[in-house]
Amino acid sequence: MIRVQEAPFDVGAELAALSAGRTDIGAIASFVGLVRDHAGAQATLAMTLEHYPGMTEKKLAEIEAEARARWPLQASLIVHRYGRMLPGEPIVLVATASPHRSAALEACAFLIDWLKTEAPFWKLEETRDDAGAGARWVEARETDERAAARWRR
Amino acid sequence: MKILYFAWLRSRTGMAHEEVAPPAEITTVGALMEWLAGRHPGFAEAMAAPGVIRAAVNQDYAQPEDPVRPGDEVAFFPPVTGG
Repeated sequence: MIRVQEAPFDVGAELAALSAGRTDIGAIASFVGLVRDHAGAQATLAMTLEHYPGMTEKKLAEIEAEARARWPLQASLIVHRYGRMLPGEPIVLVATASPHRSAALEACAFLIDWLKTEAPFWKLEETRDDAGAGARWVEARETDERAAARWRR
Repeated sequence: MKILYFAWLRSRTGMAHEEVAPPAEITTVGALMEWLAGRHPGFAEAMAAPGVIRAAVNQDYAQPEDPVRPGDEVAFFPPVTGG
């Protein structure tokens, strides 16, 4: 399942719902991305996530379908927020369930790595340092591209 | 044809979206970018740095040689930074 929403989410409740009413799941792996309070030497005051409504849902659904084609998953969940968030708030949750841990862990890593380079989201960071406060668009990182590349076939 | 701009490309063009009717000889993403650069100096500036602008046609990633047609939804944006 995929969800794109402005509201915060409760990680515990989301993970509990993934296996609710089921006894065939043996492993749930999850990744939670949070807003950090710093970017290098600068303090991060807030982060605003912009996205491309329509394409976001389409890409997330494709990414999830790819994970389910590659690993024997019993359930999967991607929740990604947009809008303005404060340090400590969750941005994204990826969770995978399978009978055994290896498929769940690998599929979870794949989902977040691919999401980072495929899903059309952009981060605007509000920062403050000795020179004052400002806002800047976060630049894409080559390490994210490399992380995604290891899953390419 | 509907054109969408996201993130700092939206600031550079000064608009989130626009409806355009490019001339008939504009049939690829690359040609459309050149044409849009003539309308928006900020877009032309961003285009000057190779690999900075990503494109999507009808919500799928597209390359400069990919076709565009009247009625398409074409989006331009910087590399994505979600997650």
